[in-house]
Amino acid sequence: MTTPLVDVQGLVKHFPGERGLFGLGAPRRVVRAVDGVSFAIAPGQTLGLVGESGCGKSTVGRSILRLIEPDAGRVTLDGTDVLATGARALRALRRRMQIVFQDPYGSLNPRMSVRQTLAEPVVLHRLAAGADVPKRIASLLGEVGLDPAFADAYPHQLSGGQRQRVGIARALSVEPQFLVLDEPVSALDVSVQAQVLNLLAELQRKRRLTYLFIAHDLAVVKHIADHVAVMYLGRIVEQAPVSGLYAGPRHPYTRSLLSAIPVPDPTAQRLRIALTGDVPSPAAPPPGCPFHPRCPHPKKNDRCRTERPSLREVTPGQLAACHFAEDPM
Amino acid sequence: MTEPLLRVRDLKTYFVTEHGRGTARAVDGVSFDLYPGETLGLVGESGCGKTVTSLSILRLIPEPPGHIRPGSFIEFEGRNLLTLASRELRAIRGNQIAMIFQEPMTSLNPVFTVGDQIAEAAIVHQGLSRREARARAIEMLQLVGIPDPAEGVDRYPHQLSGGMCQRVMIAMALVCHPKLLIADEPTTALDVTIQAQILELLARLQAELGMAVMLITHDLGIVAGTADRVVVMYAGEVVEQAPTTDLFARPLHPYTEGLLASVPRIDAPAAGGSGGSGGPRGRLHSISGQVPAATAWPAGCRFHPRCPYAWGRCATEPPPLLDAGGGAPGTHTVRCWLVTEPGRRTARP
Repeated sequence: MTTPLVDVQGLVKHFPGERGLFGLGAPRRVVRAVDGVSFAIAPGQTLGLVGESGCGKSTVGRSILRLIEPDAGRVTLDGTDVLATGARALRALRRRMQIVFQDPYGSLNPRMSVRQTLAEPVVLHRLAAGADVPKRIASLLGEVGLDPAFADAYPHQLSGGQRQRVGIARALSVEPQFLVLDEPVSALDVSVQAQVLNLLAELQRKRRLTYLFIAHDLAVVKHIADHVAVMYLGRIVEQAPVSGLYAGPRHPYTRSLLSAIPVPDPTAQRLRIALTGDVPSPAAPPPGCPFHPRCPHPKKNDRCRTERPSLREVTPGQLAACHFAEDPM
Repeated sequence: MTEPLLRVRDLKTYFVTEHGRGTARAVDGVSFDLYPGETLGLVGESGCGKTVTSLSILRLIPEPPGHIRPGSFIEFEGRNLLTLASRELRAIRGNQIAMIFQEPMTSLNPVFTVGDQIAEAAIVHQGLSRREARARAIEMLQLVGIPDPAEGVDRYPHQLSGGMCQRVMIAMALVCHPKLLIADEPTTALDVTIQAQILELLARLQAELGMAVMLITHDLGIVAGTADRVVVMYAGEVVEQAPTTDLFARPLHPYTEGLLASVPRIDAPAAGGSGGSGGPRGRLHSISGQVPAATAWPAGCRFHPRCPYAWGRCATEPPPLLDAGGGAPGTHTVRCWLVTEPGRRTARP
């Protein structure tokens, strides 16, 4: 494998349990949002990070960019230690790593025109000045498939898809190497979602971008990613190249997730593995394997209830955290 | 042939937009039938009018700014819901026709226990005493799979997860054993494993109680797995209507065809590298442009500006719903001139 562009080792983020009203009462238990996550992404590649609400996938994305300060771990971007960087150097580093958010309605400033939104980072990072700024904005808009006339529009005049394109243009405006895409298409309609996914793929090819693509939709991830990591309760439970993960999932959670996705084919014969119960609270994860209370694996036994399985290589390139990974369902 | 349970004819629901500058024709001449016991999928993207259609059936459209145009007709078991006195309507709403919404967390009242909320309909519609209604609520919670229903009945919505709230919503809707359940995006706010649980629950309850379900969704996968028939909406109109297997095997409207092709598929073969069509970075089909505004639908066929096959006639003459064959007349209908000139359907997009 080539040297990774992004390398994350043992990332941990715990949120302190809140006290009750007005800070009175006993503090609640610590929420272990991210509890030791490691992965690497090679230049020009996409890692899909998937999981259900509350599994910690967004916290991972934000901790890497230090929009949230992680508690422990090591993150390097092209050899630079992101977590050890001081405030001034971090600002320079942020030019190389950017984020696109899920909600195209909440992530653009409603009082700023598209031109102002795109000009701000360009000017702050001194990437253009004077007459070059409008030129740069026009070329950015062109790159994300928007007419340059949109520069004078305000967010409320744009559709969801157009706003998401502006969000992408803003992230690209500082010419980053690495983008965290946090559910970038889940708020969009199917036909618009396809447009934005195509755009992201095209931009990646043209600019040699590296993506961390955070999503709950395994079908979207299958389409866009090279590798996939599946998270459950703050940890990665399975990690593999797309081909391996979808064709031969090793973790019962991955298996159940895949089987739960509705397929737009009424004649499809599918075995649905129903998971019972809800995801447990990350403030009180079950002992042993955190998935064991919901696990449908027929061989589930006492070891699962007491001993936490580590993430280990089951077949070349495919990692799973399950005592029965050699014997998948 | 059995009589339809619900017959919607030429439904037009318009809204006066802010400052009275225009009229949004959100639902603009929608007709369909729903038969007892069947599941009808109502599909379309944001702004196509699917939710307004369902709210119109229960007359829940806020007036003003909205109004249902004269000439619209919604018949439930032989009675026109649009001309019923509000007293008679109340006897049907929540009793014979019930509805569940997309946001289970915000649709429940946070200051009442779930038991009180489930019991309310039983007290109002069926005249049960408080004690009987509470017993019924516990029974319903059991039916929808809430663990420890005898304790759950005294919980407040904030103590429950999203999936559990949706189960409570379903319990509320079904407490009077309605003949028709309208489910508006019932699983959109839920995680995929919880979604699977709720869909399974709805299917089981439908079979047990023999009710008809009108399932409103944007997810073609959900429709494929649950609906008997599908109605596809675009720009306030029905553009295609067919039995589910027929629609997926033979999508005839270019919008339906484009929509199906835009969905990333979990069942597509994983192609190694970037060469394959279904693998990483293969291009997805996408429908060009965007949904027009409801205040200014395009002339002619409303889809023609985005249609890959459109020709002169499409820009000027709005097509009616045409019969596409494949069964008794009216089985599969399409609002598209291609039905009359199939030769113009060139290379599939």
